[in-house]
Amino acid sequence: MRRVSLTVNAVEHEAMVEPRQLLVYFLREQLGLTGTNVGCDTSTCGACTILLNGKSVKSCTVLAVQAEGTEVTTIEALAQDGDLHPLQQAFHETHALQCGYCTPGMIMAALDLITNNEDMDEDEIRTGLEGNLCRCTGYHNIVKAIQQASSEMRSFATK
Amino acid sequence: MAQVADTAQKYMGGGVLRKEDPELLTGRARYIDDISMPGMLWVGIVRSPFAHATINTVDTSRAANLPGVRAAYSGADLASEWADGLPCAWPVTEDIKIPKHWPVAQDKARFAGDPVAVVVAETRAQAADATEAVDVDYDPLDVVIDMEAALGDGATKVHDEFDSNSCYVWNLEVGDVDDVFNNAAVVVKERYYHPRLIPNAIEPRGVVCQPNLPQGEFILYSATQVPHILKTTLALTLGMPEQKLRVIAPEVGGGFGSKLNVYAEEAICVAVGRRLGMPVKWIEERSEGYLATIHGRDVIQEMEVAADSDGKLAGVRANLKADMGAYLQLVTPGIPILGAFLYHGVYDCQAYSFTCTGVFTNKTPTDAYRGAGRPEATYAVERIMDSLARKLEKDPIEIRRLNFIEPFNEAREVASGLSFDSGNYEASLDKALEAFGYDEMRAEQQRRRDSGDTKQLGIGISTYIEMCGLAPSQVLGSLRYAAGGWDAATIRCHPTGKVTVVTGTSPHGQGHVTSWSQIVADELGVAFEDVEVLHGDTAISPLGMDTYGSRSLSVGGIALHYAADKIITKAKTIAAHELEVSEEDLEYDGGIFSVKGAPDKSKTVAEIAFSAWTAHNLPEGTEPGLEATYVFDPPNFTFPSGAHLCAVEVDTETGMTRVEKYVAVDDCGNVINPAIVEGQVHGGIAQGIAEAMYEEAVYDDNGVLMTSSMASYRVPSAAELPSFQTDRTETPSTTNPLGVKGIGEAGTIAAPPAVVNATLDALAPMGVYHMDMPVSPERVWAAIRNARGQEVESRGKDTTAAGSGLGSADTPGGDA
Ligand code: FES
Ligand code: FES
Repeated sequence: MRRVSLTVNAVEHEAMVEPRQLLVYFLREQLGLTGTNVGCDTSTCGACTILLNGKSVKSCTVLAVQAEGTEVTTIEALAQDGDLHPLQQAFHETHALQCGYCTPGMIMAALDLITNNEDMDEDEIRTGLEGNLCRCTGYHNIVKAIQQASSEMRSFATK
Repeated sequence: MAQVADTAQKYMGGGVLRKEDPELLTGRARYIDDISMPGMLWVGIVRSPFAHATINTVDTSRAANLPGVRAAYSGADLASEWADGLPCAWPVTEDIKIPKHWPVAQDKARFAGDPVAVVVAETRAQAADATEAVDVDYDPLDVVIDMEAALGDGATKVHDEFDSNSCYVWNLEVGDVDDVFNNAAVVVKERYYHPRLIPNAIEPRGVVCQPNLPQGEFILYSATQVPHILKTTLALTLGMPEQKLRVIAPEVGGGFGSKLNVYAEEAICVAVGRRLGMPVKWIEERSEGYLATIHGRDVIQEMEVAADSDGKLAGVRANLKADMGAYLQLVTPGIPILGAFLYHGVYDCQAYSFTCTGVFTNKTPTDAYRGAGRPEATYAVERIMDSLARKLEKDPIEIRRLNFIEPFNEAREVASGLSFDSGNYEASLDKALEAFGYDEMRAEQQRRRDSGDTKQLGIGISTYIEMCGLAPSQVLGSLRYAAGGWDAATIRCHPTGKVTVVTGTSPHGQGHVTSWSQIVADELGVAFEDVEVLHGDTAISPLGMDTYGSRSLSVGGIALHYAADKIITKAKTIAAHELEVSEEDLEYDGGIFSVKGAPDKSKTVAEIAFSAWTAHNLPEGTEPGLEATYVFDPPNFTFPSGAHLCAVEVDTETGMTRVEKYVAVDDCGNVINPAIVEGQVHGGIAQGIAEAMYEEAVYDDNGVLMTSSMASYRVPSAAELPSFQTDRTETPSTTNPLGVKGIGEAGTIAAPPAVVNATLDALAPMGVYHMDMPVSPERVWAAIRNARGQEVESRGKDTTAAGSGLGSADTPGGDA
């Protein structure tokens, strides 16, 4: 067992983990943050996407011990005081989710995408989402949601 | 009855946002892997690496001694747990061969992935370690992978107890088919292979079983589409009193048919939970699921049409070979039968013949995957209509118009013997052509052809039909299906004016909570927010037939409508009594009973719910409470239809093929929630394009699955897909009072032929007339190269002829 300390959703945690423990299972099973999902065993689907020091990563490809000293943000931290984050709200309004299983990972990936890219066109959004699979929506409304959220988030930021 | 049919529609048909979303968006939803309980143990499954092998010994001792391991069982160790094998609920013919399918194989493994041992440990990781420490001694046997080889003389048998690998032959013949074909001016015959597909719901399967021993009750949580079917069938497999088994489908992350089954792991978890008296959990790993969860399609179709010299259809003859895989899962043999009646599409004819041979092979069993049987039928029909058009040098639109069944608003019988509920195929095609800009696209295509552009344009059409809402129980019985086609709903009006709905459908992304709330809010005049919808728990919703085959709205939603009718009927009696008028003097609209001519004398349903609860002043003989259950058994299927148009751009230098434009005009009858309908269409098209261009489960000669993980099986991402243009026509169904038809599978059914027809349309000037799916860039490139090579050697070779079908686009000998 190894000791690891990290900050998850603004809360500091210190825990003992098996060296082979994946970050996603540490979050889900040790911290009870089950919003981050697991959809594959080949780092393909992106259901497990979180922010690690502000960058989106697939938490199934990171060992918990590798997250030592990092800041992790998961889907649970997005809504504030019962209000959905603009990205969550946009997914809701554009019907960008059906079964919802890909959704937390999709939203975390989109958050990174929007934060780091201004004025993406449709192709850039689509390419940016390449690492996140959704089997329900055909991506059509997910692309719309990201377009909507990115203009809302920018106009909010410039206010 | 039908008192509420004309009630004011405030929510139905409107843009209501989904109630399901907040939980899902914030990570609070509870999927199967989010469930955990004190003392819970983890189950791991040891699977055969061989497609066919004798199991000599299973030695679990090394595994059993690993840290944290509580138990390890061979198939023989667990044999006493089974009262019967896993169920096949659709023995399609009287003489069908149904092999015993034990949850854990005992003597032989018959596909790579067949469970051969079970381990139980304290943690997920310990269970995974323990599966690797079970020593199984196998004698590998010869395998049969190819369906046609499997049917050949002397082929290795998948099941020794049968005389061959032919599982069944199912036949339907209407009219004098031979005569029609012998006398036809034109006959076109083609052969299509519909690839094997892996469903890939993004949530893997999983099971948690909680034995609740004091009452001898078991709770089974499963990522399933079919909690009700699971309860009844598992009780039989496990020899467990059905009333002691409660099945709960928690939040389920997509299904597409892959969770419409009764799986070994579900039976294993209950059996192990029963043995150990402890809660147990199994979560599928994705790569494990590629072996253990059903596959779809894998059908060879010989398709033949006879027509007059104008191209008017006279007869259809379809001959299928369908790969069952190694065992029959819940409805494996029945999948082709779901398409059996649709091989004349929206065109009708006089003579009709359909034959399907089910074949055992050493592969993962097939079963329902989105569309189930209907994509195969639609693909064959829509491909051959294009070939017929080509043969007669007509535009594919023209040939379709010539053959369309004319618009009808009353159910009408068609050649295959079904009665289509309603249809207007011209209308959706017209709308689609306009949205697509068909003439301009054809002009652009011509320009590129004339200029020898390396980026060629192809245009593909698919005017599809499907049958949904599987449907009258009696008809299902006559097709030898073992269950009914009904569904149930309960409406409970609480004394505070709020409403609980209990539905027998089991949604996993389709938004039933929202749509059902819309229906009840309108029909009972309550606020949308005041309706709670409960589902997916056999203790809460004891009556139901679950969610698959685009049936939920057209069966379960109609049960709900009739339950509302019963509520209104009862409430009306009470309202009349309280208002001291006769029932005939009351009119009902949007939740309010008012006295005709004196509208200020009125009662709301909510008020009646309260007085029905106090029961202080009820009419003689009226039961207290305001609650109603209705079980709806539909009188017919529903037949959604539509027109999909696709434009692809093919780079003739590289084979790179992309969908440039996709227009879908669907007719699913009346619509309750347009956004949800559109979402279903989008997702369906994406899966259809994936099927047409990207996906195929490939086995090697030893029966090893080559596309064995999500990294090698190409589920498309947003980057491979375009945006879609969708629209609707609305031809109300005559099967039910809401006029709804179903939309869950339409996109997946319509898209493959639209895409393939478009690709072939781009390549036709080069003499490429046939390719099998997936029409991947690699295959397109090879087809172009082959065609160019052949131009020199054998100009005009007929690539549409029989025998040039399967794999002809990538036959060896090309210079690819
Ligand atoms: S779980 Fe699929 S990428 Fe992480
Ligand atoms: S919403 Fe189901 S996988 Fe994306």
